[in-house]
Amino acid sequence: MEEIFGIPTPLLFGQVLLGLINGAFYALLSLGLAVIFGMLNVINFTHGAQFMMGAFVAWMLLNYLGIGYWGALVLAPIIVGITGVILERTMIARLYKLDHLYGLLLTFGMGLIIEGLFRNEFGSSGLPYRIPPELTGAWDLGFMFMPIYRGWVVVVAIVMCLATWLVIEKTKIGSYLRAATENPALVQAFGINVPRMMTLTYGAGVALAAFAGVLAAPIYSVNPQMGANLIIIVFAVVVIGGMGSILGSVITGFGLGVVEGLTKVFYPEASSTVIFVVMAIVLLARPAGLFGRS
Amino acid sequence: MAAPGGFSGTDFKQEDDVFLGFSKAQLLALLVMVVFIAVAPFYLYPVFLMKLLCFALFACAFNLLIGYVGLLSFGHAAYFGMGGYLAGHSAKVWGLPPELSIIIGGAVGAALGLVVGWIAIRRQGIYFAMITLAFAQMIYFFCVQAPFTGGEDGIQSIPRGLLFGTFDLRRDLTMYWFTAGVFLIGFLLVHRIVHSPFGMVLKSIRENEPRATSLGYRTDDYKLMAFVLSAGLAGVAGGLKSIVFGIATLTDVFWTMSGEVVLMSLVGGLGTIFGPVVGAAVIITMQNYLAEFGAWVTVIQGVIFVLCVLAFRRGVVGEIGNWLRVRL
Repeated sequence: MEEIFGIPTPLLFGQVLLGLINGAFYALLSLGLAVIFGMLNVINFTHGAQFMMGAFVAWMLLNYLGIGYWGALVLAPIIVGITGVILERTMIARLYKLDHLYGLLLTFGMGLIIEGLFRNEFGSSGLPYRIPPELTGAWDLGFMFMPIYRGWVVVVAIVMCLATWLVIEKTKIGSYLRAATENPALVQAFGINVPRMMTLTYGAGVALAAFAGVLAAPIYSVNPQMGANLIIIVFAVVVIGGMGSILGSVITGFGLGVVEGLTKVFYPEASSTVIFVVMAIVLLARPAGLFGRS
Repeated sequence: MAAPGGFSGTDFKQEDDVFLGFSKAQLLALLVMVVFIAVAPFYLYPVFLMKLLCFALFACAFNLLIGYVGLLSFGHAAYFGMGGYLAGHSAKVWGLPPELSIIIGGAVGAALGLVVGWIAIRRQGIYFAMITLAFAQMIYFFCVQAPFTGGEDGIQSIPRGLLFGTFDLRRDLTMYWFTAGVFLIGFLLVHRIVHSPFGMVLKSIRENEPRATSLGYRTDDYKLMAFVLSAGLAGVAGGLKSIVFGIATLTDVFWTMSGEVVLMSLVGGLGTIFGPVVGAAVIITMQNYLAEFGAWVTVIQGVIFVLCVLAFRRGVVGEIGNWLRVRL
């Protein structure tokens, strides 16, 4: 068997792939957080719960309405996004004039409510969600077997991140968004409805989280805690990358996923803490984050 | 970062200090609290009251940061839980007396606070909250793996032992008086810190950090010192809790515990001296009566969070104080 650094190649690449998949979720979630933060100045603590909602809505669509994976991939983000819009209009919007920390506390409370409700309804043990038939099986890459679904997750996450970047950097709506992030009062003076943009931005960020949730449903078991544990790691990713740049958060997300995967190979005991260690080092060397503006 | 009028209770005009920094109203409230602590064990279950006092001390420690420096630490469970683990380990494995075990718990909390605080104060506001949360999660993962914490089982059957070699803490009432003593010392210490010249600098940092810097204060040093004090007191609270209950578990280091202490302070009133105590009483009592409803407790806590943030930002004590036009 071939080896690299004394590690069997399939094991090494297997962990790198796993890392890329985790990285895909880090990237999608931190991207949503960054977009919401840029516009609303709110750190969306509900993000993990909304990721979980995406997975559950996919499960419900399948089991109650018979709508499969592909339908869920479109419908679940829309449904969860609408709940996000309602949340923003009824609650978050009341806090913009206050200290930003209140937004964090509010969304934290919302996260607890959503998680508790799902736990009451579905219990803490996971629900199974099948990989769609088109994406089952594995490719033989020569040096390793790659499950098709996992490859699909990585590719689709990258496409989604690029699409978000294109929308924000290259379209007219995106230019409004960037301008409103810089100076909302001025943009409003030009006759653009900034509050509505904030609402839609929140909805879009939430939809992105739900999209990640649908992608995650066949990989992780669908359970009420799936988001809460992930979101804290995503916070660390956000701190490391800094929230200044879209591409920055995408690169940081994937990069840290791979770092985590490699740690599992070389020093498994540290795999759950390595991202936090990286965060500490980055904070010491570059407090604003790798891509952040201070 | 902080908006004007900021992230704290309403400040009224500085009343005359009647006694050691307490105003008349505060003295009265202190008297009510002390009488309650003295009378309560004869009417209520002492173990429940001890739990309440441990969390009240924890919340007071947390409030020192959020209420008086304006720093939201979302990872205080780490210091509380690690203090509990080390106190439990000292009492059980090393056979140390309870008072020394609790001091060790506090020292561990303070040492962790020094490291985390030193790194976290490089960022402000929301980032500070996220960083403290992330480090707390790292400490949680460490506790899951470290051999001395007993993983999922935790440290069990920690002996209460003999206080100062003479008082047998296995009697609930003796344990209660000791717990009450530790709580009161911690409470008065926080009050003393807040009303010292050091505390005044902390408040000026909360109100306007650049200005405090321009006046020549090294604000980072002050923030770090406040952080270490707060984490140390949280460690004492955690150590006390593990001695009282004879058990230290992962629950106390998990992020939900960090959320709970935020909730206690928020319900009671951020930046009020008595708020965290009242908040802890409300939340612990609620958990006690709702324990049978399982996951609904999480939902109800979430609802309280949302209601407090949207409509009730002063908290119970803050509202009462506002109504009576006094600072409590």
